[in-house]
Amino acid sequence: MEHYISLLIKAIFVENMALAFFLGMCTFLAISKKIEAATGLGIAVVVVLTLTVPVNNLIYNNILREGALSWAGLPNTDLSFLGLITYIGVIAAIVQIMEMVLDKYIPALYAALGVFLPLITVNCAILGAALFMVERDYTFGESVVYGFGAGVGWALAIVALAGIREKLKYSDVPEGLRGLGITFITVGLMSLGFMSFSGISL
Amino acid sequence: MSEMTAKQVLFEPIFSNNPIGLQILGICSALAVTTSMNVTIVMCLSVIAVTAFSNLAVSLVRAQIPNSIRIIAQMTIIASLVIVVDQLLKAYAYEVSKQLSVFVGLIITNCIVMGRAEGFAMKNGPWLSFLDGIGNGMGYSVMLLFVAFFRELLGAGSLFGVTLMVPVSQGGWYVPNGLLLLPPSAFFIIGLAIWALRAWKPEQVEEADFKMSRHTHKEAF
Repeated sequence: MEHYISLLIKAIFVENMALAFFLGMCTFLAISKKIEAATGLGIAVVVVLTLTVPVNNLIYNNILREGALSWAGLPNTDLSFLGLITYIGVIAAIVQIMEMVLDKYIPALYAALGVFLPLITVNCAILGAALFMVERDYTFGESVVYGFGAGVGWALAIVALAGIREKLKYSDVPEGLRGLGITFITVGLMSLGFMSFSGISL
Repeated sequence: MSEMTAKQVLFEPIFSNNPIGLQILGICSALAVTTSMNVTIVMCLSVIAVTAFSNLAVSLVRAQIPNSIRIIAQMTIIASLVIVVDQLLKAYAYEVSKQLSVFVGLIITNCIVMGRAEGFAMKNGPWLSFLDGIGNGMGYSVMLLFVAFFRELLGAGSLFGVTLMVPVSQGGWYVPNGLLLLPPSAFFIIGLAIWALRAWKPEQVEEADFKMSRHTHKEAF
């Protein structure tokens, strides 16, 4: 149990997807002007990550990994080179299915998430989490916790940035820095703040 | 757009319409792989190759792709190209591919590749699309190399792994700025680079959301 809690804390703060690994930066910068939009996107990312990382974990461990196909009588097959295309396929499919399920059963949430769901397919944080999961060889249980934690960390970061940007709008920024430039510098400062977590070992 | 010449398509994205500086595309990998010039150059070449060939391939089949599944079709093309690049790197440049770790795979979701496939290659012929891919790849590379140049030079006192300014730890005079080896410095450098770019090309300056009103009272003095 302790192991899982420390993995969760690590995924949220120490190895924050957005501020320590810079994943999902494009959406992070593009959709952080308003807190409501950022919250919606954050929730969508948490849900998608919690689903896709464990599913990709199962696929990797039972089909792609070297020797994983021995149950089918093919002990020497190594399909890991197909990893990338499989993960992105799984992610695209899960996002599509989620969209249809939400539309049918929870229309309120579907309307709230709106355009953010399809955008998530091309969010590098999702694919990045799948690749980190493979690189670090997580078990199924760990991958569930890791997916959830990585999502929460990303959501936390984008909501915080949106909060700062809403206030920043009223400040007198030098002309050339206005908009994107000052946002980069703000994120840099936030990232410095999050580095203070990096000393924590659990 | 349709009136653009090949030369414009190739060179516009480098400064006038830089993917990182203006289009907010492909930032994820721009930050994580810029601690040393060697790694950055390999990353840039991979991105140029993938963008160019994915644009070419998407443009060739653009009439056959049904509109509703175009994203998945583009993804499949891009993912296949990235797998080729990944396997090539693992075979011929294993050390560098270890350092790039997941970031080669992340070229798939690099928004430049998707963005150009969707925004340019779906509407233009194969030759122009190919050039557009190279152009945008180069725009990305210019920004990345700029960031990597400062990070490696000031952070480690070297370029391409060759020591130029001997650091104190090796008996030299240069005190390396450790901040530049840490991730946040990339944000500061890109932010300042955007400032420099916009000072040079003022038409890229964004509109202010909120106009400051002039001071009208003097009683505070």
